[in-house]
Amino acid sequence: MNPHDIEEFELDTILDLIDKCYGYNFKDYSRASIKRRIQNLASACNCEHISELIPKVLYQDNFLDKFLKGMSVTVTDMFRDPWVFKIFKEKIIPQLRIHPQINIWHAGCATGEEVYSMAILLKEEGLLKYSRIYATDFNNHSLDIAKKGIYPLEKMQRYSKNYLDAGGKYSLSEYYDVKYDVAKFSRELTERITFSHHNMGVDQAFGEMNLIICRNVLIYFNKTLQNRVFTLFYDSLMPRGVLLLGDKESIDYSEINSKLTAVSSKARIYQVR
Amino acid sequence: MNNYEAIVIGVSAGGLHALNRILPHFDQSLKTPVIIVQHRQDEHENMLSNLLNNMTTTQVKDVEFNEVIKPQTIYVAPSGYHLQIEADKSFSLSRDPKVEYSRPSIDVLFESAADVFKNKLIAVILTGANYDGSNGLKKVRELRGLAIVENPATAGFSTMPERAITIAGADHVLSIDKIGQYLKECCNGP
Repeated sequence: MNPHDIEEFELDTILDLIDKCYGYNFKDYSRASIKRRIQNLASACNCEHISELIPKVLYQDNFLDKFLKGMSVTVTDMFRDPWVFKIFKEKIIPQLRIHPQINIWHAGCATGEEVYSMAILLKEEGLLKYSRIYATDFNNHSLDIAKKGIYPLEKMQRYSKNYLDAGGKYSLSEYYDVKYDVAKFSRELTERITFSHHNMGVDQAFGEMNLIICRNVLIYFNKTLQNRVFTLFYDSLMPRGVLLLGDKESIDYSEINSKLTAVSSKARIYQVR
Repeated sequence: MNNYEAIVIGVSAGGLHALNRILPHFDQSLKTPVIIVQHRQDEHENMLSNLLNNMTTTQVKDVEFNEVIKPQTIYVAPSGYHLQIEADKSFSLSRDPKVEYSRPSIDVLFESAADVFKNKLIAVILTGANYDGSNGLKKVRELRGLAIVENPATAGFSTMPERAITIAGADHVLSIDKIGQYLKECCNGP
């Protein structure tokens, strides 16, 4: 075998092992992304070859946490793509007002920045007290950070700008307390949010949602897993339920394409027909 | 002739000027798809493909979700996302951290393209003021793809091509005016 084929073989082997030992199937992820992340993880563990991770998976306590952390390194932001929140406010908020209770599933919430963003938007529209937000991720380490709602203070300057660009009505600092060099988001936001573990690759639908938010997660999946997740979302949405995706993701050519209609194809907002 | 399946181009500072010397050569006779990473300051910029469309008769477009690579098309990595090639010759996007201070990163595109196209790939490094692309070009050469680097002596910014030559080496070091024609001959024959 040449070095390239050997590396591909090592990658297949480690993905097989992760599936068997931990029950996480990364084989339906984008191969290019997962390969890069595993190469980076191997380097971070001072391993020259991917296969040197094998004994760690087999014998090292808590290596799963480290592995999953390495597999979810996406950069997240508050009010990322502020213009999307503006369109959401204009097109979707009026429809949400109709419901006595609003169920929201934030799938793949990572460290939670976008969950707090949506909670703040709902608060400013007077809808937070009628809302229940279920925020899920497969990475417990990320969920722990999300649950605490504590972020580096240095990031708040950029987040504040995003917040205002998204049409925020006050000042982002209204929603957090500062202690030393961190910002902690307020209880009135966190008490409407339930953070829990959920793996879109294997777990079942979350029932009766009015809104599902899943941004920049599907870009990492292959078409098989994308379709599984799209079906999961469709099964979890109420009639006229809304799906919000990342700004480069779409339901075009997916198995649910005919079941939802685009409210804003630019902002990637879709609604059950 | 080697029946190349794709041309990947990485370019940074001074890029528009350089691409304007290359893209006019890519007319309808060039069937091989061309995939470009151009570094940009603004993560939300999306005018680049419009600008490049004016330089050539071939269609230039931003890569979309799940898009499959087609011949006779010039693809541009969208700003703020890494662009990768998957084994089924479709594109994938990623929001992973910046590589060499860049997203999209040339290294990310080149390494994934090398994995898929191997010796059926041509990779080109043009003008730029950073180190992105040299590791990617090294991988391309390891898998026997063809590596072309713009001559640093005449490039708008010499850092990126110089670094690529140091780290990866090149099969050809050419001035910008030679590159377009040479790429066409590689794919179509003289």
